[in-house]
Amino acid sequence: MNLTLKIWRQPDATTAGAMHTYELADVSPDMSFLEMLDVLNEQLNEQGEEPIAFDSDCREGICGMCGLMINGDAHGPEVTTTCQLHMRSFVDGETITVEPWRSDAFPVLKDLVVDRGAFDRIIQQGGYISVNTGSAPEAHSVPVPKDDADRAFNVATCIGCGACVAACPNGSASLFMGAKVTHLGLLPQGQPERDERVVNMVAQHDHEGFGGCTNIGECTAACPKEIPLDVISQLNKDLRTAIKHGH
Amino acid sequence: MKGARASRTTIALKLLMALSGAVFIGFVLVHMYGNLKAFAGHDAFNEYAHHLRELGEPMLPHEGALWIIRVGLILALVVHVYCAVVLWRRAAQARTTKYVMKKHTGAIFASRLMRWGGVTLLLFIIWHLLNFTIGKVNVQGGATNDPYNLMVDTFDVWWMTILYIVAMLALGAHLHHGIWSAAQTLGWTGTAAKRQRAKTVAFVTALIISVGFSLVPLAVLAGIITK
Repeated sequence: MNLTLKIWRQPDATTAGAMHTYELADVSPDMSFLEMLDVLNEQLNEQGEEPIAFDSDCREGICGMCGLMINGDAHGPEVTTTCQLHMRSFVDGETITVEPWRSDAFPVLKDLVVDRGAFDRIIQQGGYISVNTGSAPEAHSVPVPKDDADRAFNVATCIGCGACVAACPNGSASLFMGAKVTHLGLLPQGQPERDERVVNMVAQHDHEGFGGCTNIGECTAACPKEIPLDVISQLNKDLRTAIKHGH
Repeated sequence: MKGARASRTTIALKLLMALSGAVFIGFVLVHMYGNLKAFAGHDAFNEYAHHLRELGEPMLPHEGALWIIRVGLILALVVHVYCAVVLWRRAAQARTTKYVMKKHTGAIFASRLMRWGGVTLLLFIIWHLLNFTIGKVNVQGGATNDPYNLMVDTFDVWWMTILYIVAMLALGAHLHHGIWSAAQTLGWTGTAAKRQRAKTVAFVTALIISVGFSLVPLAVLAGIITK
């Protein structure tokens, strides 16, 4: 495959960036998208140019590190992570536009790399369960209905990649928060901190500069883990309940 | 976060948006019912308009109930528009660098019309009130003291009918996404089945309201409803 790549280049967080065009020949359809970028970077290295910076880690679709806006879709045309996207999803001679996640809460550090620290700060506000340290309790002492356990597990598959924010026309992180709030809210261990969790996480979300949700649904279409829109309903319900409880 | 208040979050604004929107859903349903009285003729239509002013008498003064409803609607409008402006501004600030290329996978067209569609509806409401309530403008230059005749004179003008139909399309689109969105914001759509149900209810309600309102102007233009 021969490709034309239009890629965002930006030397650092403070310098303005621009789209650059590269030609890449002999791309195998079996390559992953990131392997294709690796080949392009080898070519750039040989030409003495600065290689393109992009994030990746596990390259197995489970860590949430990679994430690129490819032809206007977060993680590209398939429902998966960028690392699990393969070049067979594109056609020979295609022009592919590659941009970083665009969100003012995710500042660009270099080229295609963004700082997703805002997600960590939201999690620090309640995306966990406080437990006393010591010996682990007997697992069977806290029964969890099977349906709840399954649903909690499904929404806990969120890898925090940020595709929901990148896809959202409002730049909202509601799907991310909804996944966490739903996951912990379904389990008995999540109950004591339930009200504070939702209020603090949403307050931090707003403080980071993410937008409000308007239930458009582009987030869930982009999510590589297929987190459903239901979790945002749960997030809203938990916040409404917290208001009722006087938080 | 220290001192975080649930009522100060963006979700609280969305809740206000949903609740004030629900007031309008109730209002347009009743309004549509009143409009359809036009098919029952001159007297039935005017009697309904007159009766609205007598509603609640003698417990309430003349036009008392009407003014209570009006104040409620104005309050709902202020809340709805205020929340929309704040959230619109937030969304604009959340992404100051636009994408060179952005698709809208997973979004229905109506969902992307909410803001400018809302502005369109606001402008329409101002004209509509000038037309039939505050100003009573007869575009044909005739009398304005008879509600039924003013309505027929207005929709006998083809471009007025088109203007109203366009506004009803905007209203239909706004409700198509808005009703489902309100259900989601109120936390009523926690499962896939409930989500689907809310989307169906939203679509059907939006269709009934936009078609129901459009029938009268179209019937006037077609000569079915006449003076």
